[in-house]
Amino acid sequence: MMTYAEILPQLVETLKPYAKKVGHPKETTDLVSELGLDSLQVMQVLLKIEDQFDISIPLNNLPNIRTVKDLGQEIEQLLKA
Amino acid sequence: MSLFEKFHSIQQAREEILKSGINPFHLTIEKINSATEGVINGRATILVGTNNYLGLTFHPDCIQAGQEALAHEGTGTTGSRMANGSFSSHSDLERAIEDFYGMPHAIVFSTGYQANLGVLSALAGPGDTLLIDGDSHASIYDGCRLGGAEVLRFKHNDVTDLDKKLRRLGDRSRRTLIIVEGIYSMLGDRAPLKEIVAVKQQYGATLVVDEAHSLGVLGKQGRGLAEEADVEDGVDCIVGTFSKSLGSTGGFGVSIHPEFELIRYTSRPYIFTASPCPSVVASTKVALRIMRETPQLRQQLWENAQTLYDGLEKIGYTLGAEVGPVIAAMIPTKEQALAMWQGLLEQGIYVNLMIPPATPNGESLLRCSVSAAHTPKQLETIIQSFSNVHSSLKEHAPSLQT
Repeated sequence: MMTYAEILPQLVETLKPYAKKVGHPKETTDLVSELGLDSLQVMQVLLKIEDQFDISIPLNNLPNIRTVKDLGQEIEQLLKA
Repeated sequence: MSLFEKFHSIQQAREEILKSGINPFHLTIEKINSATEGVINGRATILVGTNNYLGLTFHPDCIQAGQEALAHEGTGTTGSRMANGSFSSHSDLERAIEDFYGMPHAIVFSTGYQANLGVLSALAGPGDTLLIDGDSHASIYDGCRLGGAEVLRFKHNDVTDLDKKLRRLGDRSRRTLIIVEGIYSMLGDRAPLKEIVAVKQQYGATLVVDEAHSLGVLGKQGRGLAEEADVEDGVDCIVGTFSKSLGSTGGFGVSIHPEFELIRYTSRPYIFTASPCPSVVASTKVALRIMRETPQLRQQLWENAQTLYDGLEKIGYTLGAEVGPVIAAMIPTKEQALAMWQGLLEQGIYVNLMIPPATPNGESLLRCSVSAAHTPKQLETIIQSFSNVHSSLKEHAPSLQT
């Protein structure tokens, strides 16, 4: 089972193409206000991450995901489930 | 931050649009003359954005039925069916819907929006999963939120992604409700229902099809995409609305499962709202009968759709992939879409302006909904007007050139 520490670098790599505004996404980077993702891009990136980690992210959990760290922790939880 | 500050970004976006001198937010139809004609800004206008697919809003039999119900049953029911009781006309309409679909359990709701809220929130609760198409209508998203089930989304019309999501659910797939639409309202494309039913059966899930835009439009009898795709036996429940092809308001759910009747005791959008008013129920029931007895209306609708689609395509518009009563012209930018929408209005043509974030893939659309009641002359005028705005903008916008 992947740990958060293993998930994070892979997640950052996936987010990089979307991070033109900040260059290199960090754990504290806010996915919407700092990466500047609109709702369509959020959906695209989530679908990519779902396939990458073979998980499905419930829409119910999205309001609690603001930063790269939040997203990494969510992935870790879903992989554990 | 005050409670109202969150509206500032909306205000800003609104003002940005108003700067163009065009105000698409407060369009008023000053007079409505027929299913396809009205007066807007003092100008006689052909209506091509009403979802009035069969043109039944002015059918004399529907009007007469509504008037008689008004005279004999009054203007409203003044309460919910649970508290005040049902009028016999509510039950009659439910029997008519059951007969039409060949499914034994129908429930009528006060609007189509509430039908989705009521059915979805009742069927899937905590511990269950809802699996919805990414381009679902807002009423589906809201219905999902109301019930408290886990909500997953699959890529629009992508059966491989749906399969993947069901596989990941494991045993939970048997407590999963899949929701798709017969015709998607923005681009007019259809769900690949045959394949979806096969996947649903493979995983033992349950399937709801929202036929809001396909009732009266698809299928030999007008029952929608499930009929057209010949998979009615594989669909657990159909939801729909009376506010499009049947020309009134209200919605319904109909199902093969006897437990569906029990939704009446658990569905908050059914219990805590006033029931449909008698005149609406009466005109809906007659419209359903006319729709069943007059397949020529559906044939005319498709002929008109083909004419408009061909006409717009010939001019050079990029359109949604499928010919159908919803024809969406994709416009490269929001600004161009606004200007063209206004240009059409000034020529006496009303279509729907659809701009992000309300559209799939961030598209800007001029959305037409064709009616069986559009005459050849009206269709010709609509196509000519689209041609005029296309020519006038092409000079300033090379990306429009095809």
